[in-house]
Amino acid sequence: MSAFFGDSGSDCRTNEGVSPLKVRTTQKRRIIADVAARVGMWGATLMVMIPIFLIFYYIAKKGLPTMDWEFLTQSQPFSMRARGGGFVHGLIGTLIMVGLAALISVPLGVLGAIYLVEYGKGRPLAQVVRFFSDVMTGVPSVFVGLFVYTALVIPYGFGAVMGAAALAIIMLPIVVRSSEEMLKLVPRELKEASYALGAGKWQTITRVVLPTAAPGITTGVMLAVARAAGETAPLILTALGSLEIVTKMVGEPIASLPVLVFTGARNPFPAGQERAWAGALELLLLVLVFTLLARIASSRNKLQQ
Amino acid sequence: MGERRDLVLRGGLQRLMKRGAGRLADPVFAVVTGIAGLAVLIILAYMVVVTTYTAVPVFRSQGWSFIFSTDWSPSEGKFGAFAFIYGTIITSLIALLIAVPLSLGVALFLTEIAPRWIRGPVAYLVDLLAAVPSVVYGLWGVFVLLPGFLQPIATWLSVKLGWIPIFAGPATGLSFFGAGVVLAIMIIPIITSLCREILKAVPVGEKNAAFALGATRWEMIRGAVLPRAKAGIIGAVMLGLGRALGETIAVALLVGSRAQVTASILQPGYSMAAVIANQFQEATGDHVSALVGVGVVLFGITIIVNVAARVLVWRMVES
Repeated sequence: MSAFFGDSGSDCRTNEGVSPLKVRTTQKRRIIADVAARVGMWGATLMVMIPIFLIFYYIAKKGLPTMDWEFLTQSQPFSMRARGGGFVHGLIGTLIMVGLAALISVPLGVLGAIYLVEYGKGRPLAQVVRFFSDVMTGVPSVFVGLFVYTALVIPYGFGAVMGAAALAIIMLPIVVRSSEEMLKLVPRELKEASYALGAGKWQTITRVVLPTAAPGITTGVMLAVARAAGETAPLILTALGSLEIVTKMVGEPIASLPVLVFTGARNPFPAGQERAWAGALELLLLVLVFTLLARIASSRNKLQQ
Repeated sequence: MGERRDLVLRGGLQRLMKRGAGRLADPVFAVVTGIAGLAVLIILAYMVVVTTYTAVPVFRSQGWSFIFSTDWSPSEGKFGAFAFIYGTIITSLIALLIAVPLSLGVALFLTEIAPRWIRGPVAYLVDLLAAVPSVVYGLWGVFVLLPGFLQPIATWLSVKLGWIPIFAGPATGLSFFGAGVVLAIMIIPIITSLCREILKAVPVGEKNAAFALGATRWEMIRGAVLPRAKAGIIGAVMLGLGRALGETIAVALLVGSRAQVTASILQPGYSMAAVIANQFQEATGDHVSALVGVGVVLFGITIIVNVAARVLVWRMVES
């Protein structure tokens, strides 16, 4: 501190030997630095606001003209050149795969979080699991796709289950860590009251702890779902894509919204690009719905208030 | 009535105590949750083993040239991934160069100087940016940001500063620069929200102490906040870096897909994640193993970055 306020601090203690002029210039310099820093912070914030508005504005502007009833209810035409049709096959594929992924990752993740909070507390194993869950959230999603490709697609072929497996792996660490944070917030008195009534540990967890933490866990799950719904790279490697609605779970490539947007963005024909924009709008709305559900659940969460 | 209820209760209690299931439920539940907890470790380990095993033939046949050679010609069986590694690092560095000052600025703005009414909306909008899927960033980047904003900047840079190797022209639209800018936009919300958490954790007492010494707000931030938050901020930046290194789709759309090593950031290039996404569908045989090998190298780099970042953030949060 003293090194930092050194030159300006001298005038607080004594003005002897320091000319008033020098005091005034250092004072001025300090104020200029302060103003410059404030301008910098305001400027940075405004700079960041620009792309936010540009993204939402252009997705809405370019997506809305193509976004009609036909787009929402029809599959894609076989030629990228042809206008009309839509991405309903992608929407169905995305919902199937994200739903399956949630079915796998949510029970596993919540149980894992229960282990971390209730059983493994303070043990080195819990610490290791917690650390590697954090690390796992940083694993590139394309690498998860490569893994599922080598482990599942090579023996069984492309399909909804493979895509779901990749998405589940991406969701798992998010569910574990967010559920853990919520379970930690459940008041000890509540658990002790349950034990005092003669309930066992698992009864306390299933009847008292989980219902109390449910809104918070829902928030984490919804955020994980939103993340998974937007993932493209792992699905290119595991679900591939299709031009029609697919309901077979294994052995048949299945379409998804993000991959359709990706292929649309890479094709040279205007009709295909227009569909990509509408698809991007649809995908963005889907993701925002899940984010909104997460917010609603979190506003109902009494533990955090 | 009361007597009967008493009897029923006692019966229930006896049944519970006799029943093996009731007594077993606790330990069984403990084991089940333990297995679920281990699942994370098992999956992570299995991922490493399976992918590495698939990539071993290529690692063995190519040797060190897999990492240090730029010759990537699948038809001739040559797989040198250096151009991809280089592209991944360059695009991520550009992203960090843009994103770090901006994120730090926004985080400081939100925690230190913003008027109360503006905090909520700004924080909400920045969080919204994090929810946008990467393919949407890619689409928007290629068709809006690139022609409308980045191409003029790139052309200007190549004309005015073209004598500096990193800005050497001609400025093609799809380039390291374009990919880096979009990556920056993608990692800004991540770095910002982490930095906010960390800045919030700085003790109020120390800030007030700085004010009491007569510090201006900026002096308070430099003297009391930033030194305290340094390790955490570095961790947050590295988590953003980890995300940028692994980002696939936006880079695949914007980087230009040319396997070359050039000093100029205005030229097209490639990245590890992008080459996997672009070439996987047409790949067969050794080419698949080579792409898996690229994935393993990418995984290795991001894991190192992530572990280091987590250690830094954890230390900050624990203390």
